[in-house]
Amino acid sequence: MSVDYRKITLDGLWHNNPALVQLLGLCPLLAVTASVVNALGLGLASTLVLVSSNLTVSLFRKLVPETVRLPIFVMIIASFVTAIELVMQALTYELYLILGIFIPLIVTNCAIMGRADAFAVKNPVRASVLDGLMMGIGFSLVLVVLGGMRELLGTGALFNNMHLLFGEAARTWELVIFTDYPGFLFAILPPGAFVGLGLLIALKNVFDARAERRRKAQAPAEPAVSKRVRVTG
Amino acid sequence: MSLIRMSSPHVYKANSTANVMRLVLLATLPGIIALTVFFGWGTLIQIAWAGLLAVTLEAAILKLRKRPIGFYLRDGSALVTALLLAVAIPPFAPWWVTGVGVIVAIAIAKHLYGGLGQNPFNPAMVAYALLLISFPVEMTRWSAPFVLNGDGWQIASFTDTLAAIFGSVETVWYDSFTGATPLDELRHRGGLTNEEAWRQSRVLSEGIGAWHAVSAAWLMGGVFLLYRKIITWHAPISMLLALAICSAMFYGYDPDNYAGPFFHLSTGATMLAAFFIITDPVSSATSNRGRIIFGAGIGVLIFIIRTWGNYPDGVAFAVLLMNLAAPFIDLYSQPRSYGHQKANKGQGGKA
Repeated sequence: MSVDYRKITLDGLWHNNPALVQLLGLCPLLAVTASVVNALGLGLASTLVLVSSNLTVSLFRKLVPETVRLPIFVMIIASFVTAIELVMQALTYELYLILGIFIPLIVTNCAIMGRADAFAVKNPVRASVLDGLMMGIGFSLVLVVLGGMRELLGTGALFNNMHLLFGEAARTWELVIFTDYPGFLFAILPPGAFVGLGLLIALKNVFDARAERRRKAQAPAEPAVSKRVRVTG
Repeated sequence: MSLIRMSSPHVYKANSTANVMRLVLLATLPGIIALTVFFGWGTLIQIAWAGLLAVTLEAAILKLRKRPIGFYLRDGSALVTALLLAVAIPPFAPWWVTGVGVIVAIAIAKHLYGGLGQNPFNPAMVAYALLLISFPVEMTRWSAPFVLNGDGWQIASFTDTLAAIFGSVETVWYDSFTGATPLDELRHRGGLTNEEAWRQSRVLSEGIGAWHAVSAAWLMGGVFLLYRKIITWHAPISMLLALAICSAMFYGYDPDNYAGPFFHLSTGATMLAAFFIITDPVSSATSNRGRIIFGAGIGVLIFIIRTWGNYPDGVAFAVLLMNLAAPFIDLYSQPRSYGHQKANKGQGGKA
């Protein structure tokens, strides 16, 4: 069985995006995307966990008995999350404090469990790692875009506090788009995340519909044969 | 589009949505006049600005959705939503607060759910709740009634009000024309008893008449709507009764700490809500019995939020919560149809 790497990549980034299509991992997605830096931090952590857990699950896929596979996956994921948590504590302590409970909660992110059970356990190592990476990047992209939207609407600036993730040099990255902005608390609060995610999903559907229409327009016209039309349900 | 579609007995002329909305607009006149007389020009400016924006936005979205623009614009529902929002927000709220409110009401609360007749929540109240959460400073800067501003009919001049809404004015200017509302005053009275708060606060002892007058004006409009059979009595009366009974019980038990029923009925947005907001045919319960439950729930929730909640008034939150409950209420309050022994209740018709 040959593995279609292109399909895996496109699925993770777009067609089967964990945040926009599968709607998995909504809890962290909605809770921490109040700013770009939070979103990026959690996105990176989730991606790392996703890649490592997919790798490990795929490596041991022939040894794991099917009946107890879920507990084993959870243990694998939990160990990686603990490792990432310790790394974040060491390198980006302030961000670690801001993200707080949502780092350990990566364990319960269904996107990770879902990829382990739906993909990694059935596929060879290379494909599984790529799948984990692309799903992680797809998830992170949505997180960052949503975080950017909410930060811009909520505070009128972008890339605030980036030094939490990239060190002191990143302090100057902040872009103040609107000066003297009164602040829009709704965008920062959780309901704003729901509305924002809804709009992003709508946007994706619009793009998909456009692409579909273009594809149909370019495809050669179907031969005019009479088709039986099904009229009853 | 006919709003009410009936089998027999046949009404010789069905009321159109446009006609209903026109009468609702007419019925808000006394309230608008009272607000303007007591609190200044702000209300009129807000209504004009919100109305203009709402109609423009409605037209734009209808075009996007490829719906007939003229047909839907003529029903006036966007105007009613804008008007209810405009009278609910403080008269001196900056233009962008109203703007965000109208955008949320028309675009998100109404059209994203499918337009008129499909919205599960009252659009004006969604917008109001969002504004109250997002802009606490602007949304709590209510203007003071003219009696507190000095001798005679002293309100902020028209140009100053315009500047406050669309431009900028000194903070000092706000101080001389804005103040706490009676509900604010009673909510944040600290350890004082009712009587002490009443003696110390000018809003309560001298200015309360303005709120009574505005409430009376909304009541007048409501009676007109009842008389023209635009709304039924069920929801308003049961809401007012529930609020009155709750407050009377607590007032009777401990008059020092709880405000009396008359205070609750005649201040804040009680009357506006009872006759103009909870009677929205789309987002409220449909049967008469359902409306009684719906209204009573709102009355109780208003009392709870006002007394123990974080905000001085709770109409918007109470209405939204009961909007959520409306489909459930409908499920259990279906009237018995003629010829049937018992009404179908609950899911799948089983109680």
